[in-house]
Amino acid sequence: MRIFKRRNSGEKHSTLQPVAGNGLLDRRALLGRGIAFAGAMSAGGAASLTGAAAEPLKDEQWSLEPGEVLSPYQQPSKFEKKVTRILSNPRGEPRTQHARTPHHMLNGTITPNGLHFTISHQGNPDIDPDKHKLIIHGMVKQPLAFTLDSLSRYPMVTRAAFVECGGNSSLLFSKEPVQTDVQNLHGLVSCAEWTGVKLSVLLEEAGFDKNAKWMIAEGADAPAVSRSVPMKKALDDAMIALYQNGERLMPGNGYPVRLLLPGYEGNMQVKYLRRLKVVNQPSMSYYETRTYSPVLPNGKAYRFFFLQEVKSFITHPSPGLMLKEPGLYEISGIAYSGTGRITKVMVSADGGKSWAKAALQAPVLSKAFTLFRMAWRWNGSPAVLQSRAWDDAGNVQPTRAEVVATRGETKTVARVGGFPSQHYNGITSWGIAGSGEVKHVYA
Amino acid sequence: MSTRRIAAAALLFTLAANSSLAESPRLGKSITEVEIAAWDLSILGDGTGLPSGSGTAAEGAAIYAQKCVACHGEGGKGGNNGAVVGGGPLDRIEATKTIVNFWGYPTTVFDFIRRAMPWQQPRTLSNDEVYALVAFIFAQNKLIGEKDAMNAQTLPKVKMPNRDNFIVRFPKEI
Repeated sequence: MRIFKRRNSGEKHSTLQPVAGNGLLDRRALLGRGIAFAGAMSAGGAASLTGAAAEPLKDEQWSLEPGEVLSPYQQPSKFEKKVTRILSNPRGEPRTQHARTPHHMLNGTITPNGLHFTISHQGNPDIDPDKHKLIIHGMVKQPLAFTLDSLSRYPMVTRAAFVECGGNSSLLFSKEPVQTDVQNLHGLVSCAEWTGVKLSVLLEEAGFDKNAKWMIAEGADAPAVSRSVPMKKALDDAMIALYQNGERLMPGNGYPVRLLLPGYEGNMQVKYLRRLKVVNQPSMSYYETRTYSPVLPNGKAYRFFFLQEVKSFITHPSPGLMLKEPGLYEISGIAYSGTGRITKVMVSADGGKSWAKAALQAPVLSKAFTLFRMAWRWNGSPAVLQSRAWDDAGNVQPTRAEVVATRGETKTVARVGGFPSQHYNGITSWGIAGSGEVKHVYA
Repeated sequence: MSTRRIAAAALLFTLAANSSLAESPRLGKSITEVEIAAWDLSILGDGTGLPSGSGTAAEGAAIYAQKCVACHGEGGKGGNNGAVVGGGPLDRIEATKTIVNFWGYPTTVFDFIRRAMPWQQPRTLSNDEVYALVAFIFAQNKLIGEKDAMNAQTLPKVKMPNRDNFIVRFPKEI
């Protein structure tokens, strides 16, 4: 691996300095400095930005008449109709439903509520918040029942946190790269700002037994989804979440109340939370001992994976977003870690031969999405784009080869929508063809 | 930092800690385990929480034919949804996980059927019916004899073939 040495900054270097192979440029290129970018991946070419208009400007009709009446709850523009979640089971057949976040059509660190991913094992329940209760019992001095009304009167905390399904990105275990977009590959992770009550406050109130090591969390949905959570996590940063990006939780994300366990497997962050039982051993529930226990190449399996480990992927460009012509582009993507704050993201345009440090968009928050950006001059020849993240706990995102060395890969090619295993956090590679087409590749 | 400053900082910390306790409105309403019983579905790995009741494979076969076969297929071999009988070797990471080739605890089978099945009417089976279905599935998988009854005493003792093949991924988190 080569690391190009960054040039000392200085006004005399007014041209864009390469910082790694195949056209990666100094981050100052991102700040503009009078340089015209070729534009977003599928937007118009450089000419439209720098060239003179062919005809004199005139007003469009929408500028010449009153606009539409406001709606009580606004929806995106009709021109954004394609920006939706992909559904795995749109007719609600008797199996799990998945709705995946379109990362390649978004640009930010907070996922809009309507686009936050959802996995529902037996549909979303239609819960009346006035009738919902949260019970805390088991190894406690006094079992307690909370209503939504009572929970709303507790001191609140607010924090950003990503939530990721343990099966997100698992198509990268396929022995050959599955040809699909970032939404199908990585769409089971989203990030929101959550507001609620610290779980430790409620556990203290119930007088939990200090010898208890586990807590069973259970939902009010049809399958009463149930997971065992270490008390260590429950007393650390666990939250009884009531609000998502400022409004009440979405039905697909646990309305009216969910357990938030920042950095942990999404399935453990039980939605529609109605019961917490403090216990001395795990329940060995279906989801913890079957679904989210990945099989290893030697036939054994991991149990209690819990953590969503440090990961990053490039969203722009990515499959489906063509590069229309050679020129300057901004490579951008998302990095996050269940074990802390992102400290560094490196980007490569030559399949990992050389790397350069990407700019991180502030604020960089623990267990939340961090946006990274890298300036790139694409010369029109084939390239392979990769990103790799580091966190403040000292963890490094592994290469795919490193993941496969311990976790294995499939014997048959995986299909879109499948889950050949769980917990993939290795590098994703995008191959750029001379035509500007972007494909999923292994490099 | 001077001693005085340390003392001041300590005082501030104490105040902050006290005030956060004082802020808690303590609005939880006392409730008894008897009142919670209908919601308390939790069964632990050692069998704690298993209810009274009992069932055999023969009883379970009849219930299976009525309430399960549509999704899980004749003889439990799988249909639109997963097989509950049989299973191949775990010879690849994408191997299909079944009760007999993967599940580590017999209690999980009771727990999952009781809380989540049948699909359209979860939590409508009686405890006897759940025990009977577990007996049917275990007998079909040759984990118990055809005549063995499943109940709170016998069920936790069933030996699952894959029981010892799990590795805790992040023990420090527990």
